[in-house]
Amino acid sequence: MEVDTVLEIRIHGRGGQGAVIASKVLAAAFFKEGHFVQAFPAFGVERRGAPVAAFIRVDQSPVRLRCNVYEPQHLIVLDPALTETIDITEGFQESGWILLNTHNKPDEFDYAKSFRVATVDAFAIAIRHHLGSRSTPIVNTAILGAFARCTGLVKIDSVVDAIADAVPFNAAGNRQAAIDAFEETIMYDPQLQTR
Amino acid sequence: MKKIVIEGNHAVSYGAKAADVDVIAAYPITPQTQVVEKLSEMCASGELNAKFIKVESEHSAMAAVVGSSAAGARSFTATSSQGLLLMHEILHWSVGARLPIVLANINRAVGPPWNVWTDQNDSLSQRDVGMLQLYCESNQEVFDTMLHAFWVSEQLMLPSMIILDAFYLSHTCEIVEVMDADEARAFLPPYEPKHFLSPEKPKSFGNLTTPDFYYELRYQIDRDLRKALDLMKEADDRFEKLYGRSYGIIEEYRTDDADMLVVTSGTVTSTARTVIDELRDVGKRVGLVKMKLFRPFPTEDVRRILRRAEKVVVIDRNIGFSIGGIWAQEIKAALYNTNIDVPVFGFIAGIGGRDVTPRVIKEIIDQAEHMDVPDQDVYWIGVKNEQLHHTR
Repeated sequence: MEVDTVLEIRIHGRGGQGAVIASKVLAAAFFKEGHFVQAFPAFGVERRGAPVAAFIRVDQSPVRLRCNVYEPQHLIVLDPALTETIDITEGFQESGWILLNTHNKPDEFDYAKSFRVATVDAFAIAIRHHLGSRSTPIVNTAILGAFARCTGLVKIDSVVDAIADAVPFNAAGNRQAAIDAFEETIMYDPQLQTR
Repeated sequence: MKKIVIEGNHAVSYGAKAADVDVIAAYPITPQTQVVEKLSEMCASGELNAKFIKVESEHSAMAAVVGSSAAGARSFTATSSQGLLLMHEILHWSVGARLPIVLANINRAVGPPWNVWTDQNDSLSQRDVGMLQLYCESNQEVFDTMLHAFWVSEQLMLPSMIILDAFYLSHTCEIVEVMDADEARAFLPPYEPKHFLSPEKPKSFGNLTTPDFYYELRYQIDRDLRKALDLMKEADDRFEKLYGRSYGIIEEYRTDDADMLVVTSGTVTSTARTVIDELRDVGKRVGLVKMKLFRPFPTEDVRRILRRAEKVVVIDRNIGFSIGGIWAQEIKAALYNTNIDVPVFGFIAGIGGRDVTPRVIKEIIDQAEHMDVPDQDVYWIGVKNEQLHHTR
């Protein structure tokens, strides 16, 4: 992929869902393709279940900005219920993708009226591959496969390799979850729709 | 050597591993915890052949490495904020005892009110202890400076503190080229102390010393800490020849023909580089001076660089209450008793983790541009009036 200027991505999740790990794995995937990367959590005191965020910067030269991300080009949302409690689109740059973990279709969300929206049922995929438990499936690896699909910014192979490096157990299940999510992502671009 | 994507805290851990440390004693504290976690994993797996001493406080952590260093072991500890303050007594001890301990401090604000985010008041309040203080801008610089610090400390028999910003480095992952101890040995040979505690050759350390001797011992610390300026340059040169990376003890960035020089330390430097590039693109003659060493203070270099400017702007992520930013005080002192007559504008920004964005840095530069000389000894940037009403 070509990154002309610094690319900024924000991941929303809840404490314990693995948003921070997802940011590290995605950064590693971009690094494998020769980019310079930076990944960091929203700086706070994390608590299980509370809304958390993590950020990734990608550039063709070393990333020099060392401040928070305010205007991300792409959003990844691990828990669809977060869209009801926080404004996930704060500072969002309209040209990018909103990637939601949900069994719903993209055009069922109001976001799809003005933004490009992709959805993937990462909960179902995680359960299929025994990631986490049925009540709290771990979706952070599956969602990255969907990110590779909808944005086309990073290859699914790089994501899978980065997962293999980072995940301490059930690496095969985590890798396959990303591949399944890549296949099962549904994308919606309002500018390409005829109404 | 291999490139990996790691947070600043793990860059510290890998640095300690590359330095082949013998003893680690540390107590976990946010935002330093990952340093200790990684090192304990490395010791448990046998990846690092070091003694990991679990302790019940930072005071004990520092005391433990004072003991191990006195016994001739290469010794390391890491802490932050309140933990560093609790170590204060033993920091003085490590200097007086001439022990080449390396301590990594994650810059975190001091409470109350409780705050885990970054500012420099914890390390800068150790100003007169006599340790080297080395501030870092990137995770790679953190890793490399770990090796510099051990080498210089062991040359001088004085301890070093390497310093990185909470979260902006400690919890931020980026690409770091790490090496193992075999690869680092060309730069940092094994530690061979001249004097050490041993049952075979009994000696006493730190006993009662009369005014007849104490005075000269203090003189020697002052004399030797100053030598660290040349030794850090030597370390930097040797490191560059071996591994291709160099930082200097002070760095000039786009200072040619600059009317205004902006002085920064820590991660503010990195963000400021983008601002300098942007302002240069529109023809503004502004440059950046990165301070890596706080102790020893590079007085001669500061004079040489700043004498060319018409204005100096110092950005301090700390506060010396009632007098201004601490770097600004040092810089003003360095310029006194010389023929250099340049106004020094002291700005405070980013305390307690308040974000220092390109916009904040531009606002500082813009404010200084519109003044001939400072009319206050300090300018607090971005104070929110509505917050003052809540907290008065």
